[in-house]
Amino acid sequence: MTESQTPRLDRRAFVTLGVAGGAASLVAACGWDGGNAVRPRLLDISRLNDWVGEKILFSPTRLARTYTPAQRSAMLPGYFISNSVPTLENPSAWRLRVDGLVRQPLDLSLDDLMGMPRVTYTVKHHCVEGWSAIATWHGVPVSAVVQRCQPLDAARYIRFVSFDSDYSNGWDMASALHPQTILAYGMNDNPLPPAHGAPLRLYSPTKLGYKMTKYLVSLTFTDKRPGGYWEDQGYPWFAGI
Amino acid sequence: MSDGPTPPANAAPPPVRAPVCRHHWIVRVTHWATLLLVTGMIASGLQIYEAYARFGNRGGPLFPSPFDGTQFPHWTRLGGWLAGALNWHFALMWPLVTVGLLYLGYLVQSGEWRALLFRPRDVRGAIDMTRYYLRLRPDHPPQGKHNPLQKLAYTSIYLLGAVAVLTGLAIYKPVQLSWLTALFGGFQATRYWHFWIVWIFVAFTITHVILVFAVDPASFRAMLTGWYRGRFPSRD
Repeated sequence: MTESQTPRLDRRAFVTLGVAGGAASLVAACGWDGGNAVRPRLLDISRLNDWVGEKILFSPTRLARTYTPAQRSAMLPGYFISNSVPTLENPSAWRLRVDGLVRQPLDLSLDDLMGMPRVTYTVKHHCVEGWSAIATWHGVPVSAVVQRCQPLDAARYIRFVSFDSDYSNGWDMASALHPQTILAYGMNDNPLPPAHGAPLRLYSPTKLGYKMTKYLVSLTFTDKRPGGYWEDQGYPWFAGI
Repeated sequence: MSDGPTPPANAAPPPVRAPVCRHHWIVRVTHWATLLLVTGMIASGLQIYEAYARFGNRGGPLFPSPFDGTQFPHWTRLGGWLAGALNWHFALMWPLVTVGLLYLGYLVQSGEWRALLFRPRDVRGAIDMTRYYLRLRPDHPPQGKHNPLQKLAYTSIYLLGAVAVLTGLAIYKPVQLSWLTALFGGFQATRYWHFWIVWIFVAFTITHVILVFAVDPASFRAMLTGWYRGRFPSRD
């Protein structure tokens, strides 16, 4: 009895210490993003989750549910990072630049884009904050632009750049080629409003809102994973839902 | 296998009970790991909740909730801001699910599930136990390792854990797993259930701790060391 008690006490002390230490570190962690020791590990796991989301859970053909125009939400918040609504000084001079690892770089006007295949759908928007709202979007599939610019085999990502300060996003090619990924120039049967990214924004019901670059100026095809405004600050990169 | 409770010792209990090993190390390790991980999940979840502290589509009706617009105290939140909290939440989900599966795997493999799963034949005993707690019955009904009300509580909490994970996945991937999200009534409804599960977990834990110390303090040591000197049987 006495002999067996010594190791038991040691083990108990060990377990107690582990639990107390774990609890203490957790309490210390509250209101804290992990600090320089833990944050990089959390970001590593976030990259693992990106991989699972992109390679295992994402289906290039599964379509998000669509709704009827009557089901549209009464409001959908506008959002940009500049101090005021970003607008163009000379809207008629605006062009969408398509470049990078492509055989055919493009400069597309809004009329060019409107002359390409048109998609209209009414879908649910999911914000990373947890809200959702239903709206109708009109635009040209990114896949149609991809057909025109003919990316090189090495192109695996697209970097979408805006004129809203330094906002940008990087997308994997499979998500960009999803049939519901569009460059939207219209919303709820009207031209895209300035608060929602006029003249052109990226839209997809398979991504969180922050991946859908507004106020677009360019698409650049790359072989390296581009960062993004929020992604570089720690938000999940893939953000597919 | 006698499902029937071991008869209570009619003879006077020996002054010192011989310790018995009540909990396998897998049970003990997963128990305390679950406590830590669920605490981290709830704390990061409360930080995530702060970003949109209500349930319902924009511009639409909201689900009834006493916590609309509530900002939970700083010390209850983990992650610092939304991105940090999301990264904690989506990191801790892996060990939490792993620990849960390890525990369930042990229960199945060892046969221990028989002592924990509430089955229809436990209804009768649950009524007896309730009558005892309500003082409608003077003597403690005979029991095995756990009484029928404990089995009911533990079985419910396993189901709740499964629903917590499934609602979490349904919020995480509402398009790829749209069938799951639809099963819980849509995206905002799923957020709503995921949030309410938190309070059931908290209430369960408070009750659990109170009962441990009020009814069977020896079981606390048993969950730390495995060894038990308490008054209840450790086998069915």
